[in-house]
Amino acid sequence: MTTFDYHEPTSLAEALALVKEYGDDAALIAGGTNLVIMMRQGLVTPKHVIGLRKLRELRGIAPTAQGGIEIGALTTHREVERSAMVERFFPALCRTFGHIATVRIRNQATVGGNVVHADPAQDPPPMLLALNAEIVVASDAKTRTIPATEFFRDFFEVALEPGEIVTAVRIPPQPSGLKGTYVKFLPGSKDDYATVAVAAALKLGPDGTCEDIRIGLGSLGATPLRAPKTEAALKGKKLTEQVISDAAPLVRDEVDPLDDIRGSAKYKREMARVWTERALKSLLK
Amino acid sequence: MSTHTIQFELNGQQRTASVDAGRLLVDFLRYDLGLTGTKEGCSIGVCGACSVIVDGEVVSACLTPAVFIDGSSVRTVEGLAQDGNLTPLQDAFIRKGGFQCGICTSGQLMAATALLEANPHPTVEEIKAWMMGNLCRCTGYYQIVEAIQDAAEASV
Repeated sequence: MTTFDYHEPTSLAEALALVKEYGDDAALIAGGTNLVIMMRQGLVTPKHVIGLRKLRELRGIAPTAQGGIEIGALTTHREVERSAMVERFFPALCRTFGHIATVRIRNQATVGGNVVHADPAQDPPPMLLALNAEIVVASDAKTRTIPATEFFRDFFEVALEPGEIVTAVRIPPQPSGLKGTYVKFLPGSKDDYATVAVAAALKLGPDGTCEDIRIGLGSLGATPLRAPKTEAALKGKKLTEQVISDAAPLVRDEVDPLDDIRGSAKYKREMARVWTERALKSLLK
Repeated sequence: MSTHTIQFELNGQQRTASVDAGRLLVDFLRYDLGLTGTKEGCSIGVCGACSVIVDGEVVSACLTPAVFIDGSSVRTVEGLAQDGNLTPLQDAFIRKGGFQCGICTSGQLMAATALLEANPHPTVEEIKAWMMGNLCRCTGYYQIVEAIQDAAEASV
């Protein structure tokens, strides 16, 4: 790896002071599953690495006063996967975290590290978008929240200002009866990045009318995406398999995938339709 | 490069060491401590050859800075057998032929040890889901799954 000095603050205030002091010369490390690889490959060469592992205050999952949940940035994927609180709150969120890579990576990788890395092929962000999550960030001056829809700016680029650290992911209360699912198209191995991924949250009224629908998409653009046109075409309609099949083609024009090893852009647009349709139909049952 | 004094438990023994900030756990174990049972394969956390157990959880030593083990308990394949007695899992790997060339075996054993500690009687599906991240390029997967099942049954 490259040559750097390692700092291990024991409080958020100390970490924020280090981030301010070293600025662009510093990289933050939580679980290390992204940063270590990038440093080994020479893609990033920080002069200072600030380890967050001792910031106990950023770890754990707690209910919010509003009825949502707040997941501390240093909470591991495995902790979310196994959390009884998250299971009660929205079971599909546990499933989403449980489908990331392998158990070994889930033991190391953190919720905050995942959103900051902002690789559009990563798993939780499409579900976070579908649940209208917010990213909580702190600097030495203030704390603010950024809607997940505005947090992801571009490939590996997020809306953090200099001197800011992500402290938590906050998920607002969800309407009762909202059901969710997260599906990935994995033609290679199960621990691979998805060719396309779809998170969906749906609430049906007593007569089967779509009262609320949110669709989050992964690996289909420079950032994780919502599918507002497809959502609008379904909202207020009495949902049947046919209605879903008729609306799903709209998603093709809401995505902007790249040609890569997992398929051509054209193929991924079509797979976006197929997997959106499958995800939504599975929620009818 | 800064250097750091780390205190940790390694296979049941308290240790203190000095490491460079950029030293990875896999290199620290192999080159600084001479514990070459832990192997390095892909170097990107995918293959599982470097699986070790830190504070009860299986992790990739190739993605873990050595400074991260300060204050932690680390177990490697060298810590499985006690006084020359293999664990039931190691014994099952031998009896069931759970290895061929052997390069992935340390990682398989550590991942499976963590599995059986978390879930002493896993189903075949649970074994496969957990062990998915430990690749065997000889493709001896059936025997590996059988060995883990056998060790789980032996612990009834």
